[in-house]
Amino acid sequence: MATRLILQKIFKTGFVSEPAPAADLSLRVREQDLQADILKVFGQAVAIRHVDAGSCNGCELEIHALNSPQYNIEGLGVKFAASPRHVDVLLVTGPVSRNLETALRRTYEAIPEPKWVVALGDCGCTGGIFGESYASCGRVANVIPVDVEVPGCPPTATALLQGILAAVGGGR
Amino acid sequence: MSKIGDWDLEPQGSHVWRVGPEVGQLPALAREVKEAGGQLVALWGSDDRHLDAGYAIHAAFMTAVGLVWATCAVSAETPAYPDLAVIFPQADRMQRATFDLLGIKAEGAADQRKWLRHNAWNADEFPLRKDYNAVAPRASALAAVDGYPFIRVDGDGVHEIPVGPVHAGTIEPGHFRFSIIGDRVLKLEQRLGYTHKGTEKRFEGMDPDVGAKLAGRVSGDSHSAFAWAYCMAVEAAAGAQVPERALWLRALFLEMERVANHLGDLGYMGNDVALAFALNQFWKLKEEWLRLSAKMFGHRYLFDCIAPGGVAVDLGDDGYDLNRMAHRLDDEVAGLKHVYDEHATLQDRFSNTGICKPSLAAKLGLTGLAGRASAQAWDARVQFPQAPYDRLDVNMATQRRGDCLARAEVRFAELHESLRLIRDILKRMPAGPIRVALPAITEVREGLGWVEGWRGEVVVAVRIGADGKLDRVHPHDPSWQNWPLLEVGILGNIVPDFPLINKSFNLSYSGQDL
Repeated sequence: MATRLILQKIFKTGFVSEPAPAADLSLRVREQDLQADILKVFGQAVAIRHVDAGSCNGCELEIHALNSPQYNIEGLGVKFAASPRHVDVLLVTGPVSRNLETALRRTYEAIPEPKWVVALGDCGCTGGIFGESYASCGRVANVIPVDVEVPGCPPTATALLQGILAAVGGGR
Repeated sequence: MSKIGDWDLEPQGSHVWRVGPEVGQLPALAREVKEAGGQLVALWGSDDRHLDAGYAIHAAFMTAVGLVWATCAVSAETPAYPDLAVIFPQADRMQRATFDLLGIKAEGAADQRKWLRHNAWNADEFPLRKDYNAVAPRASALAAVDGYPFIRVDGDGVHEIPVGPVHAGTIEPGHFRFSIIGDRVLKLEQRLGYTHKGTEKRFEGMDPDVGAKLAGRVSGDSHSAFAWAYCMAVEAAAGAQVPERALWLRALFLEMERVANHLGDLGYMGNDVALAFALNQFWKLKEEWLRLSAKMFGHRYLFDCIAPGGVAVDLGDDGYDLNRMAHRLDDEVAGLKHVYDEHATLQDRFSNTGICKPSLAAKLGLTGLAGRASAQAWDARVQFPQAPYDRLDVNMATQRRGDCLARAEVRFAELHESLRLIRDILKRMPAGPIRVALPAITEVREGLGWVEGWRGEVVVAVRIGADGKLDRVHPHDPSWQNWPLLEVGILGNIVPDFPLINKSFNLSYSGQDL
């Protein structure tokens, strides 16, 4: 019974995936020297590890939204992975709370070279409304090197995708 | 005039009351509340030394007449108050946080471990004291190991699984310490506070208009709930009269937020029992909802739409689109509910998993959506409706089983109810202005706002100084009460069911870490 309902619904829904947006190269804040053959590989697929370093969870809503079928990110070769050992890109949200500073550094160090860091949201880019304080280190770049900054509160899922593609993909 | 025991309650706005007992009388007051079937909602402190006083301890109680805000003066020399956790266990973490931030001690409390303080500041420093220098540069947190004494479970074959603070998925950071035997969970202990970013300190000295933006970012997924509760508090303090249309628009935003969150959670709960179909279907609908929100009000999550004095954006001529979408979602969600009802694996995984029995929920103060799934029939929109809910006749959704299935059922019922409310609000929206300027504030004023967010009741207490700037703001997220119930709900379940149980509560880390 359930299987029939599911199949009916799938056929009725059809394909909802949309074309991918172009990489937004203006979001790059750092250029890394990389061998051409590595870049060729990274042009095809990328694995991401996300760390919430102190976010209000607004940016997380958009990372989740990126997994909606409309964006079809796995079709673009973009995949979220559980372990930092398995990824190319570290996606960081929030002002970096001092209580999470150590964990963020360790996660960064656990990612094999070459690696890219995308700072997501106004807080990740500048410290945002929380700024720097006794409890907050402010922007992500205050703690680890950042390659791409995607501003917004929160940035839309589309902007996030453009930032990820700018980090590793087109234009290199 | 209402009373609790011998204490007279002073009205402080709609369904909000104020009482100022001696600090030694606080447990007696709490017991009166408890015996009458009430609950402790929030507990916080304040440094009032610049107001020719000492410190103060504040508690907000849910009672038969509404929310009672008790404030007790506490000595500046030996800041302490009697433990309330022995009466209301949910006070435990709030008391520990109050000590970490202000150095006001809960005398006689069984658990005196730190809570929000990790390594970012020293044990003899208290960031929310007015004389604390919050912006001075500090050494890296890497300098010292941050010890925390977890409660150990000993016995043959017992071992621990430490999880976090960085989790495997896209979720907020926190540490879970499981003590297990085989696959069975004997004990779960949480350690939170990793996203503590000094939100309450940040409010100090802020302009009340800017404060609304910060309040909305206490927990981003509950933006409208926090922004509304904050504005309600500021407006109560300033004595502002908000235009009718603005109140109806606020309710519209709050219900739209509830719909977005319930759609997402129902999808993820299905995904956690390997029904990827559910994730794709619900998140397709959620994305359509977010896009319509952005088209109508300029923001996918309606950020900064609510502002002190009213709202920042008006409903244009696309109310028809929202009405049509609400109708369509009603049908789509009913269809997906049919799949959930018929899906044997899903029903098997959801039912009898992560049970919080009604008796325990009452004892430990489980609240909001999770509380209603365990027969805790509280919904501020129903019992203590603020305008415009007093004219909307909200139907409360409750269940008695207290398991993952019950929490899914409450979400389905609330989703349909919110879609009905949205259509009703659109139909009856009054015309008129959407914002007024706040009257100037030239003396110390206080106010409290209270909103039933999608997760539960959100409370914001505000004090504005004589200079018109924010002096103390305490935002309270219902996750404070509900996190400890997750520790209870997992007992006896197997480790692989934890993600499902966790998602069925979907609590905020940022909201309680502040």
